Amino acid sequence: MTTAVAQEASQDDPHHLGVLAQITHAGPAPKRIVTGYGFWIFLLSDMVMFSCFFAAFAVLSGQTAGGPSGAQLFNLRSVAVETGCLLLSSFTCGMASIAAEERNYLWFQIAMAVTCLLGLAFLWIEFHEFADLVSRGAGPSRSAFLSAFFTLVGCHGGHVSAGILWLLTMMAQVFAKGFRADIQRRILCFALFWHALDIIWVAVFSVVYLLGSGT
Amino acid sequence: MSHVELPHESDVAPGDEEHTSVRLRVIGYVVGLALAILLTATSFFIAGTDLVWQPSIPVAIIVLAIAQMGVHLVFFLHITTGADNTNNVMALAFGLLIIILVIGGSLWIMANLNHNMMPMDQIMQMQR
Repeated sequence: MTTAVAQEASQDDPHHLGVLAQITHAGPAPKRIVTGYGFWIFLLSDMVMFSCFFAAFAVLSGQTAGGPSGAQLFNLRSVAVETGCLLLSSFTCGMASIAAEERNYLWFQIAMAVTCLLGLAFLWIEFHEFADLVSRGAGPSRSAFLSAFFTLVGCHGGHVSAGILWLLTMMAQVFAKGFRADIQRRILCFALFWHALDIIWVAVFSVVYLLGSGT
Repeated sequence: MSHVELPHESDVAPGDEEHTSVRLRVIGYVVGLALAILLTATSFFIAGTDLVWQPSIPVAIIVLAIAQMGVHLVFFLHITTGADNTNNVMALAFGLLIIILVIGGSLWIMANLNHNMMPMDQIMQMQR
């Protein structure tokens, strides 16, 4: 018995390095971990891209070219409602991923539908805010500050729109194909994407709206 | 013996949790939501109040924002300091390094340029 184990060990570890024998048996990671990790790398690169827009906004936030500043333009009440919508949608998205893991069809579709409605409410308020700014002559071409503002907040809004399209796709795919392993991986990636958007919105409302309206 | 597939106990996908009951997982999200609402409400309150020393407000808002991002990472994205999460945390650390370099570097360089540049009205004078 002991000699067999010793032979086994010498085959696995021909150079007698000791520790290697224990970790080489695991084999390739399951596809769910590989997919999730790859998507996590993408999300981090997306955050790096957002950090460039944040840097541009921070540098240009004082350059109003004689136009209106953030304190004159922003309506914090509607920003608070937007924040509440996105925060609750992040919560319902979490409920949807629990339902997907439990393969509970009804609760998954309900949670995803609520997430979708909250996301649409967010976009509706943001669209009205942009339309209001443009109609007051504070469009993206007014000053460097407003260019940076529309680029940063608009880029986040574009991500939310893409997320809602993805959300509807997932609802349709679960309806048509059920909770297959590949569909589960897509739901995992979608949940990561939606929660990451909420993290970026935290930075947006803090840096753009709260700091911008204070000065 | 040497080719037995061992279960992957050493890794977890970002967004996945260890296997616990549905009730515990729902409670995790509820705690995260409660903390996030608390931090958000505090930042909105601080931004509009006269109760605190005014120069401290921007610092407080930034600290609260970073705290809330941490809450989102732990309770919603399940990026924790556990041993099975090492790869995810290392990727996050690298992303944070780049983000800090981009934002900090931009602010630093542009503040320096602003400081060293001739005031705008003098440049206008020279162009006449």
